[in-house]
Amino acid sequence: MSSKKVRFTFSTASVTEPLVYQLGHEFKVVTNIRMADVDEKIGWVILELIGNEAEIIKSLEWVSSKGVRIDPLEGDVIAG
Amino acid sequence: MSYEIALKCRECGRKFELLAIYSCEFCFGPLEVDYDYDQIKAKISKESIANGPSSLWRYEDLLPCDTSFKVDIGAGFTPLIKSQSLAKHLGLKNLWIKNDTVNPTWSFKDRVVSIAIARARQFGYQDLACASTGNLANSVSAHAAKAGMRALVFMPDDLESGKVIGSLVYNPILTMVDGNYDDVNRLCTELAASNNWAFVNINMRPYYAEGSRTLAFEVAEQLGWRAPDHCVVPMASGSLFTKIWKGFKELQHIGLINNLDTRMSGAQATGCSPISKAFQEGTKNFVPQKPNTIARSLAIGNPADGYYALKVMEETDGSAEMASDAEIVQGIKLLAETEGIFAETAGGVSVACLKKLVESGVISTDEETVLFITGAGLKTVEAVVDNMKPAIMISPKTEEFMDQFNKLK
Repeated sequence: MSSKKVRFTFSTASVTEPLVYQLGHEFKVVTNIRMADVDEKIGWVILELIGNEAEIIKSLEWVSSKGVRIDPLEGDVIAG
Repeated sequence: MSYEIALKCRECGRKFELLAIYSCEFCFGPLEVDYDYDQIKAKISKESIANGPSSLWRYEDLLPCDTSFKVDIGAGFTPLIKSQSLAKHLGLKNLWIKNDTVNPTWSFKDRVVSIAIARARQFGYQDLACASTGNLANSVSAHAAKAGMRALVFMPDDLESGKVIGSLVYNPILTMVDGNYDDVNRLCTELAASNNWAFVNINMRPYYAEGSRTLAFEVAEQLGWRAPDHCVVPMASGSLFTKIWKGFKELQHIGLINNLDTRMSGAQATGCSPISKAFQEGTKNFVPQKPNTIARSLAIGNPADGYYALKVMEETDGSAEMASDAEIVQGIKLLAETEGIFAETAGGVSVACLKKLVESGVISTDEETVLFITGAGLKTVEAVVDNMKPAIMISPKTEEFMDQFNKLK
């Protein structure tokens, strides 16, 4: 069992879609939301994905295909 | 002596042991060093600081590391210069320039790396690592060389030669990554998780970031122990911006300055402006961007402290601006031609954004303003090389020179 901590950023086009719910149904991955801020234009969710590593990767590819930006929890670790 | 007491979550406030960790295990919020300010207040004084070394270590009681582990290459205590010509050009009556181009590796990153390496040695790490667009790589390489540690430096493969050579000269293990910034981020996050390295902007980040507070300490001390009316600060991750504000608040809390009404305004390049754009749209939910700017030292598309920088702007009635590549080059030239300071692209961003903030009336002519110039221009000569007035080319004959010279008049 693996876990991955990520940040999803939703665009205006995707922010009203129940994508976290759908991700949990389409894939054998547990979604554990820790922080979020969503309004009608934009939203972000910080969550932990728990499951088989290959299944987590597939679920991230799926959510990315829905127009969601995925970043590591750390934000950009590259600095000036 | 160090008076750090815990790492504290910036979101939920939970406290954690002082370890090489960076996020809250409950809410995943970022961790920040918390101090025993009562003890600091009892120990520290303006006199004790004045008697300290002419480096950032004069503020050792406010730094999160045991100073017996320090690696001192002379970072900090850089000049605060009263501007005459640039102030006049911009229509400001009271402008100061904090010139951090004169640090040992020619950028403010020597401040944060000074703290990160001290803390890494305190934890017992042998290897110091970073992912960088240049300045941080230079500083990590230099500090590691001085300490006899191994430096592991990761860079995108499209950086200015000055920043590459400015790292390689210290003999680090330098890896140039063929990929975009997202690729470098993902790679380094994976490497940091699977290696026992002190990764300065990952597991050392809570300590590393604290080094930026020394800019506030110095500015306040150099102004005669008071805070300015306005600060204009370049923003990449937003960490520098938030830590300068934290530094001023700490000085007020421990009684070294009295009033604190400073407004904090941030500067970004238009080609990578998630924080400034969010400010101008009135939201704290910034949209990550794919950087496309000559200001590579500010090219952080998904800024880890962006939200907190926006909160500081709100708290201080500050603002945010952005500058195009052409405006950045003009900013570099303006600073050089008026103040004799050759700044890298981030400095051009700061100058260009200050100009816009004055022109739009956000900064009034009477506000005492400090402009933060954080890196030296020789690192990014590529940015300005095609925008210089050509040299006079002659054979060694007086009449030939006079002929050319008279044409200039």
